[in-house]
Amino acid sequence: MLKTFPKGGIHPPENKLTSSKNIKRMPVPKVVYVPISQHIGIPSEIVVNVKDKVEIGQVIAKSGGFVSSNIHSPVAGTVTKLDKIIDTSGYKKQCIVIRTDVKNESNFEEIEYPLKKEIELQPKEILQRINDFGIVGLGGATFPSHVKLNVKEGVKLDCLVINGVECEPYLTADHRLMLEKGEEILVGIKILMHALHIDKAIIGIENNKKDAIEIFKNLTSTEKGIQVAALQVKYPQGGEKQLVRALLKREVPKNGLPLDVGVIVHNVGTIFAIYQAIQHNKPLIERVVTVTGKKVENASNFWVKIGTPISDLITEVGGLPEGTRKIVNGGPMMGKAIKNTDVPVTKGTSGILVISEDEASRGEPKNCIRCGECVSVCPMGLEPHLLMNLTEKGFYEKASNEDIMTCIECGSCSYVCPSHRPLLDYIRFGKNIVKKLETAKN
Amino acid sequence: MTDSVLYSVLLLASLGVIASVVLYIVSKKFYVYENPLIAEVEEILPAANCGGCGSPGCKSFADKLVNTEDISDLFCPVGGNDVMKLVAEKLGKTVAEKDPTVAVVRCQGSCEVRPKTTEYQGPRTCAISAMIYSGETDCQYGCLGDGDCVAVCQFDAMYMDEETGLPVVITDKCTSCGACVDACPRDIIEMRPKNKRDLKIYVGCLNEDKGGIAKKACSVACIGCSKCEDVCPKDAITMFNNLAYIDPVLCTLCRKCVPVCPTNSIIETNFPPRKEKPVVKKVESKVAVNVESVKPKTDA
Amino acid sequence: MSNQPIIVSASPHVHSDRTSKKLMYDVVIALIPAFLVSLYVFGVGALIVTSVAIISCLLFEYLIQRYLLKTAVTINDGSALITGILLAFNLPSNLPIWMIIVGSLVAVGVAKLSFGGLGFNIFNPALVGRVFLLVSFPVQMTMWPTAVENSTKIADAVTGATPLGIIKEGLMFGETMTDLSSKIPSNMDMLLGITGGSLGEMSAIALLIGGLYLIIRKVISWHIPVAMLGTIAVMTGIFWLVNPEHYANPLIHILSGGAILGAFFMATDLVTSPVTKKGMVIFAIGIGVITVVIRLFGAYPEGVSFAIIIMNAFVPLINSYFKPRRFGAKIKSKIV
Repeated sequence: MLKTFPKGGIHPPENKLTSSKNIKRMPVPKVVYVPISQHIGIPSEIVVNVKDKVEIGQVIAKSGGFVSSNIHSPVAGTVTKLDKIIDTSGYKKQCIVIRTDVKNESNFEEIEYPLKKEIELQPKEILQRINDFGIVGLGGATFPSHVKLNVKEGVKLDCLVINGVECEPYLTADHRLMLEKGEEILVGIKILMHALHIDKAIIGIENNKKDAIEIFKNLTSTEKGIQVAALQVKYPQGGEKQLVRALLKREVPKNGLPLDVGVIVHNVGTIFAIYQAIQHNKPLIERVVTVTGKKVENASNFWVKIGTPISDLITEVGGLPEGTRKIVNGGPMMGKAIKNTDVPVTKGTSGILVISEDEASRGEPKNCIRCGECVSVCPMGLEPHLLMNLTEKGFYEKASNEDIMTCIECGSCSYVCPSHRPLLDYIRFGKNIVKKLETAKN
Repeated sequence: MTDSVLYSVLLLASLGVIASVVLYIVSKKFYVYENPLIAEVEEILPAANCGGCGSPGCKSFADKLVNTEDISDLFCPVGGNDVMKLVAEKLGKTVAEKDPTVAVVRCQGSCEVRPKTTEYQGPRTCAISAMIYSGETDCQYGCLGDGDCVAVCQFDAMYMDEETGLPVVITDKCTSCGACVDACPRDIIEMRPKNKRDLKIYVGCLNEDKGGIAKKACSVACIGCSKCEDVCPKDAITMFNNLAYIDPVLCTLCRKCVPVCPTNSIIETNFPPRKEKPVVKKVESKVAVNVESVKPKTDA
Repeated sequence: MSNQPIIVSASPHVHSDRTSKKLMYDVVIALIPAFLVSLYVFGVGALIVTSVAIISCLLFEYLIQRYLLKTAVTINDGSALITGILLAFNLPSNLPIWMIIVGSLVAVGVAKLSFGGLGFNIFNPALVGRVFLLVSFPVQMTMWPTAVENSTKIADAVTGATPLGIIKEGLMFGETMTDLSSKIPSNMDMLLGITGGSLGEMSAIALLIGGLYLIIRKVISWHIPVAMLGTIAVMTGIFWLVNPEHYANPLIHILSGGAILGAFFMATDLVTSPVTKKGMVIFAIGIGVITVVIRLFGAYPEGVSFAIIIMNAFVPLINSYFKPRRFGAKIKSKIV
C-alpha cells in the first residue's frame, strides 16, 4: 500500500496530456512585462528608470522587506515603461516593461550548463544567495524561499521534504523537470541539506509518474539519507501539510508550519532554481510552464522567461482553439482564471490551461442537500458547507471558531459538491474578512 | 371526577404561586439601575438601528449620548438636525449642526458605455467578485453591478437600474446612514451635501487610468484633461491621479464645469434644463443621471 | 476565439460529474427491484398506489412552487419523485386513493416546502406523510392485503396483519413465540417478500440489491444501514436470548417491517441525516434503539418510521457536536 494522507482528498481526472513532451525553450519575447509583486509578501521596489539599459540577470527591483524578493531582468534590453498592467490577480499592478535588445547576443545564447556537483559555498553564503537571487517557491504559492529556510537557533529540524507530487491535473512542469534535470535536482537537494545542516531528505512523487520515481530511485541508490517515496495519486497531496503527513506521518499543528514538526518542504522546481543560483550564478529569470488544454494543438512544456506575455505562449502552441471560454494561470484546481492574454508569466505560473466551452461554465448553484460530501473530502477536516453558510450570513466570528483560517483553498469541496455550490468562493471571502477582523483586533 | 378537577386546579395554582415568587425574587435581586434618561433619549431617536452613527444600535447610541460630556461630534444621520436638536434639549447639551447629506453613486458606466469584456461566474456579490478580479469590464474602478449597496440599504433607498446595471439612490428616502458606502468594495458611493432642492454637481467617475485607457474602457470616464479644473472659478476642482474631484464645500453649483467636460463625466442633478446645445447631447448619453434626477420626483 | 467573452471565475475550474439530480435518479433506480417485487406480490394495487403517490407529489410541488410560493419550479430535480415513491412504499396497496393524495400533500407541502424546499426540511417528507396517515387513519393504514393470492384482485382483497403485527397481537393475548411461529411467514418468504406489509417494505432481498447499488454508486455510505440494522439485531438479540418465548428472534425483526427499507432508503436521506460519519453512526444507533423500544414495548407493532423522524429532529444537534477531526488539532474534537 502506497503512502498517502488519511483524511479527505479527491481524484479528479488527471489529463496529464503533456507528460511525454520535452521541455522546449520559448523564443525570447520582444517585450517582457515584469510585475513587481510576483511573490507572497511585500512588493519589490523598482530600482531602474525608464530608458535604462539592463543586462540579463540584473536586479531591476529590490526586495521590499523580509518577506519579499529581488526581481531580475529576464532579458538584456531597455526599460521602456514603468506601467500598470493586469496581472494574475485580475487587477492592474505596477510592472517594468523591458524591450529586448535584438542585437545583444546574450539574449539568444542557449546555455546548457554542465552538471556541477561540488558545493563550494558555505551554508551562510548559500542562504544569502538564495535571498539575493530572488528564489521563491515555484510550486505555485511563490513564498520567498529564504524566509522558509531562515531557521531560528534552537528550532529542531531534521528532514527536508522535496515536493515532486504535482497533484494538479493537467500540469506536467515538475514531472518533466524531474525527468530531464534529475541529477541537478539531486545536487540542489544536497546543497540545501548542506546549508541546513541536516542529513535526511525525502522526495515524494505520486505514483502516476513512475518514470520519475525510477530515475530518482536509481540516482539515490548510492546516496545516504536521501529517499524516494512513491505516493498514492490523490489531490491535494502537493499541499505542504498533506505531504508531510503522507511521507512522515507527522501532523503539522493547526495554524502552524512544517517547521513546527522539524520539516522544510520545497518544490522540485525551487530546488532546481536553487541549484542554478548556487552552482551557476543564475538568478530566477525563467521557469518551466506547461501550456495545455484538451483542444490545444501542440500542448507542451516550455522554458519561459519571466514576464513573457501569455499570448506569446498561446501562439507557440498553435493559438487559442475554437470555442475557448476560459484561460487559467496554473492548474484547474487552484489556478486563477485570467482576464486577457496580455497577462505576463510570473514566478508562480506553473501552467497555462485553456478550457473550452463545454467545461468552462460553472453549474447553476442549487440548495445544499447536506450530503456531507464536502466534509468527507476536506483534507483539513473542515465543514465547508457550514463555513459557506456562516460567511454568507455574516457570522464571521463563528466561522473563525470553526477554523475557517486553516482552509488551504484546495477546492476539493467545490469540486465534489453535487449542487454546484460556490463553497470555496465564500470560504475564501470569509477568510479575507476574518483576517481583517483579526488584524483590527491586534 | 371532582377530585381530579380539584387536584389539577390546585396543582396549577400552586405552580403559578411558586413561579411568581421566584420571578419576584429574581427581578429584585438582579435589578440593574439604568439612567431613565437613556430610555427617553432612545425614544427620540429614529429606532432604525442602522449603525450610521457608529454605535451598533439606537439604544447604545442613546447610552453614549447620555454618558458623554461633549456630544458635539456625535450625530444621528437618519434623524438629522431635528432629532439632534431634540436630544440636545432633553440633555441640556449642545450639538453641532450638520448639513444633510445624501449618497451619490460616482459611476455612470452603464452596459452601453462600458462594454463587458469578460463574463464573471460565481456568487453575485460585489465583495466576492472584487476579490477575484477587476470586474467584467476593462475599468477596474467602476461599479461591479452586483448590488451589495442595495442589499445593505435598510431604507429601500436604493435599487438596481436594470437597463444601466448601476445602483440608483432615491434621494428622498436616503438617510445617509453610510451603510452603502461601507458595503461598496470600490468606494464608489460618497456622501455629499444635499444642498437646496437637492442640487448636486459631482464627478461620476473614479477611473485613475490615463485618459486613453480610461476612455477605451468606458466612454463616459474622466480622462483627467483638467478642463473642469481650469474653468472652475472657486478652485473647487482638484486633479489627482488623472481624476477630477469636486470639493462639495467649495463648489457653488455654478455649473460651469459640466459643459466643458469632453466625456460628460460630470453629473448635475435636479437643475432646470438649460437651453444650450451641449445639454441636449448630454441628456441622450447619460441614462443614469436622467434616471436619478427624474426618479425622486416620481417617487415623491 | 469565439465571440462570447471569456469567463473569469474563482478556482476550482473543473467539477466532478456528480450532480444532485444524478444522485436522486440513482435512488430511483435503486428502488426499482423492490417495486417489481411489490408489483408481483400485490399486483395492480401496487401500481395504482405508486403512480398516484408520484403524480400527486409532483403535482403538489409544482402547484405550490408555481402559485403559492412563486419561486422556480424544481420538480425535475428528482426529489419529489423519490418522496412519491418512498411514500407509496410505506403504504398498504389497497389504501383509498384520496388518502394517498392527502399523504402526498402533507409530505411535499408540509414536510418539505413549508420548511423552504429541498435541503431545508428537517424531517424526511415521505415519512412525515406516512406517519400523518398512520395516526389519522390507523385502521386503513394497518390492514395489509396478504401476499400473492391478491395479485389480481383489487377490490375485495384479503387483508391481514404484518408478521410484526401478528407477533405483537399474539404476545398481547399471552401466546408464546413457539405458538406464533406457525402464523408468521418463514424467514425465506420474508427475505423474498412473500408476506403482508406496506408496498415496498416486504422484499428484503430486492431492497438489499437497491441498497448495495446505492453504496457502490457512493450515493450513501454504509455507516447508517450497518449501524442501524446492527443495533436492531444486537438489541433484539439480547432480549431474545433472555426470553426466546416472549421476544422474536433478531432475524424476524430485521427481515420484517420497514427495517431494511428504512435503513437503506429512509434514514440515509441525505438532507435529514448527519453530515459526518461519526454523526451518522450515532444517528443510526439512535434509530435502532428507538425502533426496538417501540416494537417491543410500544403500542405500535412497527416503529421504524417514528424512530427515523425522532432522530431526524436530533440531526442539527448531532451535526454541531460530532465534528470531523480538524487537521493538526491536538485534542480530539469534543464528543459528549
